[in-house]
Amino acid sequence: MPKAKVTFQDIGVAVTVPAGTRLIEVSEKVGAGITYGCREGECCTCLTKVIEGGENLAPPSVLEDQVLKDNMAPRGHRLACQAQILGGEIVVKPA
Amino acid sequence: MPVAGLTDGAVEIAPGVHWVGALDPHLRSFDIILKTANGTSYNSYVVRGERGVAVIDTVKESFAETFFTRLESVARYDEITTIVLNHLEPDHSGALPELLKRAPQAKVYLSSRAQMMLKALLKPSGEKPPEYIPVTTDDEVDLGGRTLRFLHTPYLHWPDTQCTYLVEDGILFSGDIFGCHFCDARLFNDRVGDFRFSFEYYYAHIMRPFREHVLDAVALIEPLELSTLCPAHGPILRTQPRDYLHRYRELATPRLFNEAHGEKTLVVFYISAYGNTRRMAEALAAGAERIEGVRVSLYDLEGGEAGVFTDLIEEADGLAFGSPTINADAVKPVWDVLSSLTTVNVKGKLGAAFGSYGWSGEAVRLIEDRLRGLKLRVPVEGLRIKLVPDTGELDACRDLGEQLARHLTGRLETRVIDMAELA
Repeated sequence: MPKAKVTFQDIGVAVTVPAGTRLIEVSEKVGAGITYGCREGECCTCLTKVIEGGENLAPPSVLEDQVLKDNMAPRGHRLACQAQILGGEIVVKPA
Repeated sequence: MPVAGLTDGAVEIAPGVHWVGALDPHLRSFDIILKTANGTSYNSYVVRGERGVAVIDTVKESFAETFFTRLESVARYDEITTIVLNHLEPDHSGALPELLKRAPQAKVYLSSRAQMMLKALLKPSGEKPPEYIPVTTDDEVDLGGRTLRFLHTPYLHWPDTQCTYLVEDGILFSGDIFGCHFCDARLFNDRVGDFRFSFEYYYAHIMRPFREHVLDAVALIEPLELSTLCPAHGPILRTQPRDYLHRYRELATPRLFNEAHGEKTLVVFYISAYGNTRRMAEALAAGAERIEGVRVSLYDLEGGEAGVFTDLIEEADGLAFGSPTINADAVKPVWDVLSSLTTVNVKGKLGAAFGSYGWSGEAVRLIEDRLRGLKLRVPVEGLRIKLVPDTGELDACRDLGEQLARHLTGRLETRVIDMAELA
């Protein structure tokens, strides 16, 4: 299975993960500072800054896009509960 | 319900500006978490301009009849051009669905983040949401000779909150900020009984977790000419309104002076039955102190109270909790502290757990789960030691302290791990 590498900059940990993993699945286990509320892409609690490798995440769904707009999220930000890792290298930190 | 000393009509605040709210004197607890020793009020306001009438917030649904009676005493429904929703919690939006039916021509002004909440609130009515306009700081509505100007003040205490400023009169309709659960038919701060306790209590339980947002809002409000603060609960603050603004700035400013300028703070809490978890705590603290730039404090939970520890936790950058395991659980003083933190913001702080155990040792994992639930980051796996820690195990405690200190100071080398290694 293709692998990707996600670096959680706030805790200095990089994790190799299978492609298709969502950020939420790994950030919680590794103890990163990204925090979660509804876990369903509505509350925007898990807003995450993508420092590098945004193109290596699946594009936001219509729902995620709307929530990001409603919450005036700056460019380069994603919801960790929704963002799916496609491959390559990604660097993130809590917004 | 009639309330002594108050008629069923609207109460004038300024010419063309009226209070049309409701008093709830017999309420004794609000939202489960707040005590209300003499009840509360749900404040709604009406502003009349030359070209229209604005209604600012409504009341709890069960008080709708009182609200509409007061509203009808100063305006016809077909005159209402504007409905402002400063905060959509049901105690302020309860009468909204009925108001929308009676004044269907009115445009609704609310914050961007309130839009989804409005749709969710109107779901049971099955009706199409009204025409609504999301607004932010400096957006205005012209009522004809009177201007409503909006201030984007989120998280006071919901994401949707905003304030609305009546420019020509210097009146700020502030929503929950500057409010309190206090019920007095005399309405105005220069006439009601002593409500200082209620004002402080309301801040401590409702606004304190959002103090950074309080300071942002206070900075937006301070430059305004202020004749009156009209909050959504409690007395209308028409005498020395700026004193309440100053008090909010004081309350939201960190309350403990930290002499450790520029240093990170780690507070290690522990409780110990036989001294084993205490020895772990002392070793952890000593390990953290190896790293320059970290100020470590060590507290035995048995010697203090949750309220005092909450103040410490609010200012700390990192927290470590040590507990023995008794009957497969962490001990009650630990849970007393960990269940007292809803009044402060702990999101993103560093957390860790440790403890000695005799049999099964569940406490550490349970504490870690709670810390994650409180939205702390828990990047270092906690330490469980069976009964008496030996020299090597105390070294592991020191290493744990050192790792926590490195996290706090950013002195970490990036580790690469595989997801399969994560539990």
